[in-house]
Amino acid sequence: MDKNFAARRRRDLIIAAVLAGLAALAPLFIKDVYVQNILILTLMYAALSQSWNILSGYCGQISLGHALYFGIGAYTTELLFTKFGVLPWFGMLGGGVIAALIAMGLGYPFFRLRGHYFVIATIVIAEIGLLLFQNWEWAGAAMGITIPIRGDSWLKFQFLRTKLPYFYFALALCCLAWFVTWWLEDSKWGFWWRAVKDNPEAAESLGVVVFNSKMGAAAVSAFLVAIGGAFYAQFLAYIDPESVMGFQFSLLMALPAVLGGIGTLWGPVLGAAILIPMTELTRSYIGGSGRGVDLIVYGALIVAISLALPRGLVSLFSRAKPKGATR
Amino acid sequence: MGLLYGLIAVGLALIFGLMDVVNFAHGEFLMIAMYASFFLFAFFAIDPLLSAPLVAAALFVFGAVVYLLVVRFAMRAKANAGMVQIFSTFGLAIVMRGLAQFFFTPDYRSIPQSWLGGKTVSIAGIFLPEPQLIGALVSILAFAGLYFFINRTDFGRALEATREDPGAVALVGIDKNRVFALGWGLGAALVGLAGAIMAVFFYIYPDVGASFALIAYVTVALGGFGSVFGAFAGGIIVGLVEAVTALVLPPSLKSVGIYAVYLLVVFIRPRGLFGSM
Repeated sequence: MDKNFAARRRRDLIIAAVLAGLAALAPLFIKDVYVQNILILTLMYAALSQSWNILSGYCGQISLGHALYFGIGAYTTELLFTKFGVLPWFGMLGGGVIAALIAMGLGYPFFRLRGHYFVIATIVIAEIGLLLFQNWEWAGAAMGITIPIRGDSWLKFQFLRTKLPYFYFALALCCLAWFVTWWLEDSKWGFWWRAVKDNPEAAESLGVVVFNSKMGAAAVSAFLVAIGGAFYAQFLAYIDPESVMGFQFSLLMALPAVLGGIGTLWGPVLGAAILIPMTELTRSYIGGSGRGVDLIVYGALIVAISLALPRGLVSLFSRAKPKGATR
Repeated sequence: MGLLYGLIAVGLALIFGLMDVVNFAHGEFLMIAMYASFFLFAFFAIDPLLSAPLVAAALFVFGAVVYLLVVRFAMRAKANAGMVQIFSTFGLAIVMRGLAQFFFTPDYRSIPQSWLGGKTVSIAGIFLPEPQLIGALVSILAFAGLYFFINRTDFGRALEATREDPGAVALVGIDKNRVFALGWGLGAALVGLAGAIMAVFFYIYPDVGASFALIAYVTVALGGFGSVFGAFAGGIIVGLVEAVTALVLPPSLKSVGIYAVYLLVVFIRPRGLFGSM
């Protein structure tokens, strides 16, 4: 079984490398800006969902407040850039660090809570963040921040004429999030997290410091999500509290992982690859009427998938393969 | 206002707290109830106060159907039961919003005049708006009724037993699905009652539920899962906190107080005020 595990991990890495290579070549064939846009969003949601999955999937601490970290990443970057002229790259890292610190600070009281109490607490804290930003004059309040456009430059990470740099950054972020997950899966942290998820008392008795391992998961997860937030802000060149910190965003981040397979390596990528194009296409093809047909279709699909495949879409793949290879 | 929150929350307390099922479509139940009340008024000129029982009955059927069509299967999920419940009901909420947009259009609607709208009563020199007063009265009655129902009737006991151990309950001849379908119906009927009263003094539009749903979750959790009295107390606390916060902070921040109080309470008592789970 050990051997199988190692073989599976090697196989995962190879598949990921091939997929990433193919994705990197995609813009050569896909010139349509609209399609490129969908690809960028898909990659971004895959990355976000992968990061969310670390805390909520592997460690089992269901957070529906990750929009808070996303918003912090976006706001840190843009406030530093527009008010102090700090380059977005530093802002991005700064936002990640701040988000990780906040996640740990919040983890202190939060991780004592269990089940619904924890989930509601995460929703509530993100909602507080949202309301504070909506009322914070210096940060643009509810109007948000428009990022001044100063022409294409990697230094300032903004591009008007082409979407390709955003595409490659999103791809890199997605690969990073995937690789971090892949790497952590086999580290002692990965084993701790799964133990904490399955049975915290038993884990504690075997010497896992439950609290610290939750904190670790929260920090990594928040850091990566904040980087995603910084990217999103640069990509849109405009942010406002509702669009980067709203509750909907927390759900959108969780959805690909849940539909793809929560707590699995491939779930978030698979979920995002199906869900995001579907969302965008239904929105643009049948959403135009403004009568909510897109919502009906979208919602019905979510209900159908989550009921039919509680383990997520990845379970379709593992069933097809011999049992030994998946264990 | 607190008692109204309580009334929205009590339906949720029944579903969320007593049956331990997450219902992310609760706000949409409220929305449907408000529309039902609106259309009964618009087409048949039935005052919302009179139509409230009708709306509640309609919602009862609706809630039971939702349980039988969706939630029953979500509860059967072998893996990730919690997430399946969250996202299947969330998907349902999106569908309901879409349907509302489709059939009722996204326009804001309101009930322009009713027996209660805009009237005030003076009690010992304090002027109180009549609709809110009736709302408060109805919610106290609803709470008392539910409390009696859960704690004193066979059905209430069956409900609690089914949550505790569905297997054992089946052995003594209780049909789990029937009990839970009735429970969902009842929960929805209560929110229907809330919706009918709220239709009098709130605008009605497809997304109206979302703004109340979160407050309802917080109310139930604040009071503690598994406790009807907790939800009642939670509702009153939430209403008071909101009023006080609105005095101290700008009105747009009034919810912050509610959220902060929730966090404070669960940090001190991780099971909410009167929770048993």
